[in-house]
Amino acid sequence: MNDIATTAGNTHPMISMTGVEKWYGAFQALKDINISVAKGEKIVLCGPSGSGKSTLIRCINHLETYQKGEIRVSGTVLGHQAKTIDAVRREVGMVFQQFNLFPHLTVLENCMLAPLRALKLSRQEAEGRARQLLERVKIAEQADKYPAQLSGGQQQRVAIARALCMRPQVMLFDEPTSALDPEMVKEVLDTMIGLAEEGMTMICVTHEMGFARQVADRVIFMASGAVVEEAPPAEFFSNPKHERTRKFLGEILGH
Amino acid sequence: MGRDEFLFLLIGLKWTVALSAIGFVCGCLAGLVIALLRTSGMRPIERATAGYIALFQGTPLLMQLFVVYYGLALIGIKMDAWAAVAVGLTLHASAYLGEIWRGGIEAVPRGQTEASKALALSYSSRMKDVLLPQALRISLPATIGFLVQLIKGTSLASIVGFTELTRAGNIISNQIFQPLTVFGIVGMLYFIMCCPLTIYGAYLERKFAASAR
Repeated sequence: MNDIATTAGNTHPMISMTGVEKWYGAFQALKDINISVAKGEKIVLCGPSGSGKSTLIRCINHLETYQKGEIRVSGTVLGHQAKTIDAVRREVGMVFQQFNLFPHLTVLENCMLAPLRALKLSRQEAEGRARQLLERVKIAEQADKYPAQLSGGQQQRVAIARALCMRPQVMLFDEPTSALDPEMVKEVLDTMIGLAEEGMTMICVTHEMGFARQVADRVIFMASGAVVEEAPPAEFFSNPKHERTRKFLGEILGH
Repeated sequence: MGRDEFLFLLIGLKWTVALSAIGFVCGCLAGLVIALLRTSGMRPIERATAGYIALFQGTPLLMQLFVVYYGLALIGIKMDAWAAVAVGLTLHASAYLGEIWRGGIEAVPRGQTEASKALALSYSSRMKDVLLPQALRISLPATIGFLVQLIKGTSLASIVGFTELTRAGNIISNQIFQPLTVFGIVGMLYFIMCCPLTIYGAYLERKFAASAR
């Protein structure tokens, strides 16, 4: 599988994207994306809507295809064969803006499904793992409820627990707080901060700049499908180099 | 109308129920295959199943039964009326149920597919555990509505000489010359089968509408 045990002693980046390009027909959604994420690193991706940030992280677990370039996830080249795609998806957890919990399953069943089916764990193991992670996102007492009976913030925490039940090496967050009422944003961000503190490799598409300041190792700013600027948060916020970055920061921090 | 005549009608009723059950059960199995092929994402297969559905939705059930019963006999496949009608109803039901469930599968929000893909679930698990339970739930009222159509549709089997409820009524009516009484009773028997289903379908529809809020 890991066909590229290249330079000895050199550990692979967890995720590397080289020259990734994507088109929707004539529209180019991603332009020459080169990003490398080390193990344990936390990246915040931001940019105006339509800038390609969601598309970019959705390429990492092959929810979107790309036409040029290469993506590697912990050394495995993400090809188009079902086998490598599934191998990568087992290592990469994702949390969506709309939660996307399975409405016909209870919270506990939501968390158990993928470990049972994709990892072939026993029911007992899967349930143990699910209860432990629900405990960790502080929602264990809701295990037997259905998603519709929970608040948005609780649902999103369940979604995080569900993804963690696969014991992924990387977590992708696609605007996890954008669909939440303001008073519920904090509980989700706190969960994400906890995860970051434990050393999870994370890529977060978010407009929560406070979160970026507190947690991110690097902030990547995208516009029109290309990476415009990439810097540690202190530098990114205090001394943005590009005009487009300054304009964007002015708009979201302006009041 | 005497007791013997009424019993004869009940025997016809038994065959109507049997035909409906076979058509529905076999139609469900075949319809599930049609629905999955119709949503497979593979163009040629989607086109072919769309054609299959259009063919059965675009022609009368009576003609479909004729083709299976007389047409297949002409090319050497001889079936008795019972088997021919069962095959005809199965094909008919598979097309309609396939289309109903295709709609159900497509009505499940895209995020459900994405979330299950992101969790590394295989196609079969995605369908069996995530999409179909939701799709069938969405389609249940329409499915029951079709079952009612199918029960009434079995009356066309009388044309190819199969003695189900309608043909039994015809025979009795010709014997005792009381068409109004006989067909009144036949109609009542259909009604007793179909009406509870219709009411149940409407109930489910209300229930789902309430839980979707």
